[in-house]
Amino acid sequence: MVAYTILSGLLFGLYFSLMAIGLNLIFGVMRMVNLAHGDFIMLGAFAAFFAYTLWNMNPLVTMLVVFFLFIILGGALYYLVVPRLLRAHDPEMLSLILFFGLSQIIQALAVIAFGNNQRSIDYTALGSGTVYLFGQGFEESWVVVASVSLLAIILVSIYLYVTKLGVATRAVMSHREEAASAGISVHRVSAYAMGIGLALAAIAGVFSPFMIGSIDPTMGTDLTTTSFAIIIIGSLGNPIGTIVGGMIYGLSLMYMESYQPSWSSLVPYLLLFIILLLKPSGLLGRRMRNA
Amino acid sequence: MRNKLKAGSVLLVTLLLFAVGTHIYSNENMWFQGMVYLALAQGINILYGFTGYLPFGYVGFFGTGAYAASLYMTDFHTQPIVAILGGGATALIVGLLLSPLLRLSGAYFSIGSLAASQMIYYTVSNPALQAVTNGPYGMNLEAFYNPTASYAVMLVILALTLFTTAYLRYSRTGLALRATREDAVSAAMAGIPVVRMRIMAWLLSALIAGLVGGTFAWHISVFYPNTVFDLNVSIFAIVFTLFGGGASLLGPIIGMFVLYGLYNWIGISAPQYFQLIYGVLIVMLVLFLPNGIMSLFRKKGYDVP
Repeated sequence: MVAYTILSGLLFGLYFSLMAIGLNLIFGVMRMVNLAHGDFIMLGAFAAFFAYTLWNMNPLVTMLVVFFLFIILGGALYYLVVPRLLRAHDPEMLSLILFFGLSQIIQALAVIAFGNNQRSIDYTALGSGTVYLFGQGFEESWVVVASVSLLAIILVSIYLYVTKLGVATRAVMSHREEAASAGISVHRVSAYAMGIGLALAAIAGVFSPFMIGSIDPTMGTDLTTTSFAIIIIGSLGNPIGTIVGGMIYGLSLMYMESYQPSWSSLVPYLLLFIILLLKPSGLLGRRMRNA
Repeated sequence: MRNKLKAGSVLLVTLLLFAVGTHIYSNENMWFQGMVYLALAQGINILYGFTGYLPFGYVGFFGTGAYAASLYMTDFHTQPIVAILGGGATALIVGLLLSPLLRLSGAYFSIGSLAASQMIYYTVSNPALQAVTNGPYGMNLEAFYNPTASYAVMLVILALTLFTTAYLRYSRTGLALRATREDAVSAAMAGIPVVRMRIMAWLLSALIAGLVGGTFAWHISVFYPNTVFDLNVSIFAIVFTLFGGGASLLGPIIGMFVLYGLYNWIGISAPQYFQLIYGVLIVMLVLFLPNGIMSLFRKKGYDVP
C-alpha cells in the first residue's frame, strides 16, 4: 500500500508538473497571471475527446496536432492583448482580471459548443494492460502519460537551457529591460512563451481524461487553482521548480486519497495556503516577492 | 456640504427604490438578490476600490455567514436577527484568522483568498462533518421562514453598507486608504498606519459579507453548500464593482443595476450567453476602461459621488 501510494504519487506528480509548467512559463516571462490556464486544459481535453470519438485518433497523435495549433493560438493571443496591457498602470493585477474574463468567454463558448454534459474517453485508448513497477501494478495509460509528461518536461528544459530562443527567454525572465537593451526582441520571445505555455496546457488537457476523469466545459476553474498551487509550491517564475511542486502535490494527493479520501479535494488549497503564508517565494524560490 | 448632499441623495434614491421596488415589479426574489449583490459589491469596493486588494474568495465570508447564522438558528434556537449578527461576527473572526493573507500582494492575495474560500467550502460540505454542517445536503430553515422580515433586515444592512462606503468616499479615513493603495511607502511616511488600515478594510468587508450571507440564508431558507460558496457570487460582485468603477459610492450601484438587470433579462434563460457577454465585457473594460464607467464622467470634470 505504501509503495503503491508513493509510486502512483510520482506518476501523477509528473503529469501535474506538465499541467502546471505552462502557467509558470507564462508568469515567468510576462509576469502575467493566466487565470484561463485551466480552460486551455479543458480545450485540449475536448480535442482529445472529439478526435477519439469521431476519427478514432490516438491521443498521442492528437497531442502533436494540438501542440502546434495552440502555439499559433497563443502567439496570436499575445499580440492581441499583452502589448496593450503592458502599458497600463498595474499590468499584473489587470492581467489577472483580463484572463479571468477570457476564462469566462472560453467556458461560455465551450458550453454553447459542447453542452453541459460530462464526457469521458474509453481509458483503453492509451493501452489497456497493467504495467508492473517494483512489484506494483499500474494502469498502462498512467505509465504512458507519465512518460510523455517526463519527455515533455525534458524537452522544455532543453528548449530553455540549450536553444538560442530559450536562453533569450530566460534572459527576459531574469531581467526584462536588460534583455531588451541587449538586443533581444522581448515581444517575439514572449509570444513564443505564451504559445508554448498554452500548448503545454492543452497537451496536459489531452491526457486529462485518463488521469483526472470525466471532462466538462467548467472543469477549468479547479484545474487553474491546482496548477497555481503546484507552481507556488515549486516557485513562481522558475519552470523547473514546477517539477518539485508537481511531485509534492502528486504525493500528498495520493496519500490523502489512500488514507483520507473525503478530505482529498482540500489538498491543493491547503498546500497553496500554507506555502503562500510560510514561504511566499516557493520551496525553490530565491528572492522574496514584494509581499 | 454639497458632497454630503450628493452622496445622501444617491443613498436615499437607491434605498427607496429597493423599499418600494416590489410594488413596481412583483418579483420579490429579484429585488432581494439585487440588494445582496449590491451589498457584496460595496464590500468588494471597500477592499478592492480603496486598498487595491482583489479578493476572489470573497464568497467564503458570505458562505461562512450563511452557515453560521443557520447553525445558530437550528442548533441554538436563537432569534434570526441575533443569528445574523452571529453570522457577521463569525465571518469577522474568520477574516481575522485570514488576515495574514494581507501580507501577500496583487495576484498572490487574490489566489490565496480563493484558496481560503475553497478550503472553507470543502470543509463545510465534507460528508465527514455531516453531524455538524449536514455536509453536502445543505441547511433547512423553513421553521424560521419570514420573507417580509428578512427583506426588511436586508434593506437595513444595505443601508449601513452604503452609508459606510459613502463615509469612506468623503472622509479622511477613505482618503488614507486610497493613499495606501497608490503608494504604501509614501502613505506610511505620511503617518498612515498602513497595515492597520488595510486590516480594518478587510474586516469591514468580511463583516458585510457575513451579515449579507446570514440574511440570504434566512430569506432563501433552504440551501446547499454550493449555493452559498458559489464562486459566481464573488465574480458577480467583482464585475459589478469593476464595471461601475471602484472607490466611489455610485460605481457599484450603477454596475449592479445595469449588469444585474441584464442578467435578469437574458441571464436566467440562457446563462452561457450571459457568461459570454460578461467575459467580453471584462476583457473590454480591462483593455479600454480599466477604471470603470465612472472614469468617463470624471474625465469630463464631473465629481462622481
